[in-house]
Amino acid sequence: MSAAIALSVKDVSFSYGNKKALDQVSFSILAGECTLLLGPNGAGKSTLFSLITRLYDTPEGAIQLSGYDIKKQTRLALADLGIVFQQTTLDMDLSVQQNLNYHAALHGMSSQLAKQRIQEELERLNLYERRHEKVRQLNGGHKRRVEIARALLHKPKLLLLDEPTVGLDVPSRQAIVSYVHQLAKEQKLAVLWASHLMDEIASDDHLLILAKGKIKANGTVEQVLQSTNSTKVEDAFNHLTQDERA
Amino acid sequence: MNIIHYWRAMSGIIGRELWRFVTQRERFISALVRPLVWLFVFAAGFRAALGLAIIPPYETYILYEVYITPGLCGMIQLFNGMQSSLSMVYDREMGSMRILMVCPLPRWFLLFSKLLAGTGVSILQVYVFLAIARVYDIQIPWQGYLWVLPTLILSGLMLGALGLLLSSFIKQLENFAGVMNFVIFPLFFMSTALYPLWKLKESSVLLYQLAQYNPFSQAVEMIRFALYGQFNQFAFIYTLIAFIVFMTAAVIGYNPSKGMMVRKGGN
Repeated sequence: MSAAIALSVKDVSFSYGNKKALDQVSFSILAGECTLLLGPNGAGKSTLFSLITRLYDTPEGAIQLSGYDIKKQTRLALADLGIVFQQTTLDMDLSVQQNLNYHAALHGMSSQLAKQRIQEELERLNLYERRHEKVRQLNGGHKRRVEIARALLHKPKLLLLDEPTVGLDVPSRQAIVSYVHQLAKEQKLAVLWASHLMDEIASDDHLLILAKGKIKANGTVEQVLQSTNSTKVEDAFNHLTQDERA
Repeated sequence: MNIIHYWRAMSGIIGRELWRFVTQRERFISALVRPLVWLFVFAAGFRAALGLAIIPPYETYILYEVYITPGLCGMIQLFNGMQSSLSMVYDREMGSMRILMVCPLPRWFLLFSKLLAGTGVSILQVYVFLAIARVYDIQIPWQGYLWVLPTLILSGLMLGALGLLLSSFIKQLENFAGVMNFVIFPLFFMSTALYPLWKLKESSVLLYQLAQYNPFSQAVEMIRFALYGQFNQFAFIYTLIAFIVFMTAAVIGYNPSKGMMVRKGGN
């Protein structure tokens, strides 16, 4: 049972000085499950991501990735994590392939394996032909795709996406949304996707609604709609976060 | 298996840094122009004004250009150390430092690899500078070019670690400009890079003391002696200790539980 839990967050709290950013947050994500993390600005989404990636220490509570404690077994935990940050983290002056090679090296992949994995991931995203182009020459949607390819190179069990579609046009956004959902299903990949765009939610997704550092809802789309007597996720979201946004 | 992972990651980090340096031609040229201007213009102008006594490691009277050359090697490394930390502030803002920090290797190792990469770049710059200086008739014994290599590695690491430490404190690029003024200039001018200690003592005992304990002075002296085939033990140990202190502080600065990252964090 525990093997199927890709991410477990238990009673996690975090403060910046006196300001509480996360308050007793608990949830878990199973393999193959796509969880959308929704929350208004300042809800604590980025803080949560920084804790899961161990950019910050977790002073209270515990976080486990694939069963490994992020604090005690940091390296084993991070080896199973793929991440796409909100801001682009590609080196603009390097080619697509060089960027991916760099990532493969950081994960200790041999050049042969890296070559094979880069081909697999880029082909799936129809970017293989463009592997020698400098990242600077790609449009926003393609840069994002390269970042997703990079996050998947080392075959992680959990994929974290921090508002990856911000600033993209509608077709690019839709392409990424459907691609990630497909990945979760086909590869049994657990996905935690921070977003504030309701149209990125699929009907079988899990929802996690965070406001002012607290979990307001945690369940399937259907469960959340039922618990709030809503017909649309947007209404449920507004209902659950209205106090915090007032 | 694990060692191979370390090796691959380190090669990747160093390779990326060298590639970036080679492709950024402006950076290469500006890194060279700075010390060359000092050598060709400043040193030429000061040649008449400054009389130098015979001091070790020199065995005869020397021209001011000859005296200033090791200091300029240090200057290249000082600027490079600060520039790589500048790039780290930039990297962190851009997020690629985050990519590095979330890879499954110990943080100290990642920071050390980054430091080594920056040092490699600075050593390339120093050798190109020394080659041009030779054409300008700054004669250094041939074996000196070899002797100086280990000292350049240590001084590059020490200055890079200082930059790394600063980068762990600085959140935004704007703040960095101030730190450059408060760090680079005092370190450089209060050192033996431009004038020997006894000259400084003549004008101010306080300055003399500051220069003596300035780690940059010791790095420059270590380079100076090595260029003439001599080993300055005190300078070597002093630089080594400075490196260990700066590196330890930088690792703490980047440590998620103890460092500055948490205090600087925000949503």
